[in-house]
Amino acid sequence: MTTAVETIRDEPLTIGGQTFQSRLMVGTGKYPDMETMVRAIEASGADVVTVAVRRVNLDRSKESSVLHFLDPKKIFLLANTAGCYNAADAIRYARLAREAGFNDFVKLEVIGDEETLLPDVAGLLEAAKVLVQEGFKVLAYTNEDLITALRLEDAGCAAVMPLASPIGSGLGLLNPFSVRTIKRRLRVPVVVDAGVGTASDACVTMEQGVDGILMNTAIAAAQDPVAMATAMRLATIAGRQAFLAGRMPKREVAMPSSPTKGMLD
Amino acid sequence: MDVVINGEHRQVKSGTLLELLAELELDPRAVVVEHNRKIVRRVGLGDATVSEGDAIELVHFVGGG
Repeated sequence: MTTAVETIRDEPLTIGGQTFQSRLMVGTGKYPDMETMVRAIEASGADVVTVAVRRVNLDRSKESSVLHFLDPKKIFLLANTAGCYNAADAIRYARLAREAGFNDFVKLEVIGDEETLLPDVAGLLEAAKVLVQEGFKVLAYTNEDLITALRLEDAGCAAVMPLASPIGSGLGLLNPFSVRTIKRRLRVPVVVDAGVGTASDACVTMEQGVDGILMNTAIAAAQDPVAMATAMRLATIAGRQAFLAGRMPKREVAMPSSPTKGMLD
Repeated sequence: MDVVINGEHRQVKSGTLLELLAELELDPRAVVVEHNRKIVRRVGLGDATVSEGDAIELVHFVGGG
């Protein structure tokens, strides 16, 4: 006998005209080895996978393209502009990524500070405008600031990606209020990107009602990345279902769950 | 002749970008080529001639977040 798990029917996530089944997106960096990366991506259930653009190693003994291990027919490759510190560099990287020939999506990052890797929102907006004009579907990595998020939407971004906390920090969702506000005010999808540390962080993030979540280090740097990828898959679903279910109101005093009547004398 | 590939000086035979990739044993389908700051589409690699002192960037996708 099988037991069907009853879940609330959910719309699939659509960004820039492209529909995705999973609300969890994962990165491909910092894995101990490629085999673990492939197994972790599979366990995560993600259909969007981020990659970076870098120089080919000409002696080729040390590293090779991530595409030797991933099948672009099965996953959606989302190139990033990680490591770019100004709009011009980010635009250059985005154009190179598109030329690889997979799609016209880009996860746009313009970093403003080496220590925190926080976004340079002025450079981000500047690059977003140019890339949207050139036909890119821009997913903009930004801080959790409503006004910047609104400006990015106005600029034509396909999705806005506020951070949970700094890239690779694992501090979790530091500002749920701001992320909720951004989600409430934007029409384009809101995908929280960066800062998640463990499954509960993913769950809490999705409980805010955002459309999706993107993570890399939380899975890649776990003791067992494949097991953590499974946990993240389940936590993302759990958080989404909890959001759709609608949580009970919080109260400052207790209320008994069992009847107060019918007690013995 | 001397060209700068991925930031490093290198001695290569003269020819097209397509021939350069063959010389470097790189699959043209697996790299994106920037020639003197301009992206060269795959179909145009056989038409673009490499000249002394050119700056060439050869990039691909690596793991990232």
